[in-house]
Amino acid sequence: MNESTTKPKPNYITAGNTAKSWLLTVDHKRIGLMYLLGMTFFFLIGATAAALFRFELATHNANVFANDTYNRLFTMHGILMVFFFLIPAVPGVLGNFLVPLMIGAKDVAFPRLNLASWYIYMLGGTFTLGAIVLGGIDTGWTFYTPYSSVYADSQVILAGTGVFITGFSSILTGLNFIVTIHKMRAPGMTWMRLPLFIWAQYATSIINVLGTPVIAITLLLVVFERALGFGIFDPQKGGDPVLYQHLFWFYSHPAVYIMILPGFGVVSEVLACFSRKRIYGYEFVAFSSLAIAAIGFFVWGHHMFTSSQSPYAGLIFSILTYLVGIPTAIKIFNWTATLYKGSILLSAPMIYALGFIGLFLVGGLTGLFLATMAINVHLHDTYFVVAHFHYVMVGGMMMAWLSGLHFWWPKMFGKMYNEFWARVGAVIIFFGFNFTFFPQFIAGYMGMPRRYHVYDIEYQPFQMLSTVGAYFMGVGLIICFVTLVSSIFKGKPAGKNPFKATGVEWNQADSPPDQHNFTSPVKVDVEAYDYTDERIYQDT
Amino acid sequence: MSHAVTDTEHKPYQQHHFENMEQQTQSTLLGIWLFMAQEILFFGGLFAAYTIYRILYPAAWAAGASTQNVFLGMVNTIVLIGSSVSIVMAVHSARHDDRKAILKWFAVTLLLGSVFFGIKAIEYGTKWDHQLVPGLNWNNEHALHTIQEHAPKNVEILELPKGIQIYYSLYFVMTGMHALHMVIGFGLAFWIMAKTARGRFNAEYYPHIEYFGLYWHFVDIVWIFLFPLLYLV
Repeated sequence: MNESTTKPKPNYITAGNTAKSWLLTVDHKRIGLMYLLGMTFFFLIGATAAALFRFELATHNANVFANDTYNRLFTMHGILMVFFFLIPAVPGVLGNFLVPLMIGAKDVAFPRLNLASWYIYMLGGTFTLGAIVLGGIDTGWTFYTPYSSVYADSQVILAGTGVFITGFSSILTGLNFIVTIHKMRAPGMTWMRLPLFIWAQYATSIINVLGTPVIAITLLLVVFERALGFGIFDPQKGGDPVLYQHLFWFYSHPAVYIMILPGFGVVSEVLACFSRKRIYGYEFVAFSSLAIAAIGFFVWGHHMFTSSQSPYAGLIFSILTYLVGIPTAIKIFNWTATLYKGSILLSAPMIYALGFIGLFLVGGLTGLFLATMAINVHLHDTYFVVAHFHYVMVGGMMMAWLSGLHFWWPKMFGKMYNEFWARVGAVIIFFGFNFTFFPQFIAGYMGMPRRYHVYDIEYQPFQMLSTVGAYFMGVGLIICFVTLVSSIFKGKPAGKNPFKATGVEWNQADSPPDQHNFTSPVKVDVEAYDYTDERIYQDT
Repeated sequence: MSHAVTDTEHKPYQQHHFENMEQQTQSTLLGIWLFMAQEILFFGGLFAAYTIYRILYPAAWAAGASTQNVFLGMVNTIVLIGSSVSIVMAVHSARHDDRKAILKWFAVTLLLGSVFFGIKAIEYGTKWDHQLVPGLNWNNEHALHTIQEHAPKNVEILELPKGIQIYYSLYFVMTGMHALHMVIGFGLAFWIMAKTARGRFNAEYYPHIEYFGLYWHFVDIVWIFLFPLLYLV
């Protein structure tokens, strides 16, 4: 007994340091860290692909890569970033780590299933990496038929199988979170006291459970078509390639909400903490997540205005797409209203979160341009779409991800990162991002098509700017990476609640938390984001 | 049986992260229904494709369905409904803590499932012989001949209807995915039987058996839809 008083208290990281204690762990916090490792690995490969093809794109003629190599590079970038970073990042890492901690549970409802999800994710990633090693894939991340199913001379089967497998990791994580949020909340943690991060995870999980199986069966059909010669999407046999697009986007449009909704959750937490205020219109922000999840299932046709879809269907999809703008705008207005008269601290997570609001706003509004049928005909498959997508996914989701990673880093590792360098990284990423993608709006509006690396010389200034910006952003990411990783070794101890934030995870769990999360029973007696509660300012 | 009593004790089968048995039971129940929801969407993609192509190619559907052996399909439907009954009996036996009866009814379920597979194999084999397997073994002349043979007497078919390969592609994918679910069911059944034999369940605790029952019913219901949609067009 004397030993335990002299040694530091064991936490979930020090509770066991054999390989087995990590690889067979059912602790949601360890599984979150394992996702962090896996995901960072895939992100680095995807980012390297981007660095390579951005280099090629700087000039209008082909200098470094052949057409085929270029196609494989951008496909690799797309598949890895979408299916192995954007979709699993926040749910897999922050969601796993935080959902039980935030609601005062000991673990997720199905811990072993949770571990299985990680293995399924890594298995899917292995297949996709296998496809890359064996020559890559050149269909674009969308796997459009009949090119993917009949004509492409690349590793479609392996990559498709990889994405198929990874999908089940999303489904099972979603299922786990829904049950956890419904059934595992601590006494006093009512639905209307849940942090907005939890509401966002809940909405995301619904899409994961209901949308992902459809892409699973769709990719399976492509694999069957390629491997066995079935003809479901093959025009020669009477099949309709447009049906593939319908099935693909039935998942892949909601999937962009799978990617962004968790980011909304992160931003809500960070904004409240660093403006010391309750989120304005909590209920509206909570339910707008569910509204986005619901409406998001009925807008997929806006990807197919130029794919022989009936104009009447297009009209409906166009109107429904505008409708998604309403709950999204509710969020933006409420976040802005939260800032009003708040005592704002421009810490690193807050810089990312504020960057998120601005960049996501640009991405969201240009989404409305694209949802307009007539404008879409002009902008379809141009760099305008590329820019829009990256404003939402990188400017939105990646900024939110980095915001959340910085915000909860002290909780995950118990160490503070260097605040100065973290801010420098955030600012460089913000400017680098805008240099990269804003010129692409202009190039796209002028008519430059996406997925070409030999292009008209008049677009060269924009592409050059884009390339320089991308490397600038890369420098920011390296600073951010080094700052965070070095904090594990050199950072000062964070203490329980370094940001004086509200929430069970900050006030009732240690940093890093105990193996079983809480050392004393959790009871919740305050509303969410009650920054007037004196208890959060007490040192423990 | 009363919840109030069981909740306060810590049963050996209560997992450490749950506060009480009621929480554990409700969580697993919700989990299994969410799993069913994703299963419905998984097959939903196929049913969507089915609907569109059936509207596009009614003649192909009529011709394709005419080559199916409705008798064998009907036998298989009855066999599967029978296996649903037997799994209900297994759940019933679990409720009465009758280990032997659980194993017996699982065995009956697996036996009926095997009959289903046997008949399915005969049907697939016939299609292979008639060269009606798109991509792997397909022959236009042979296919036309088979369809002409099976056409109703008052209908004369001169050429292969457009989209006929789509019908067979969907037939194989849909019944194949259904069969895959049954294979997974077999694996689960063996696992649960082993657990039962080792005495892991009692009258209060038999979730694996109950949820296997739900899964098995789901797989049966998929077939109940597939049979009329593919055979009785």
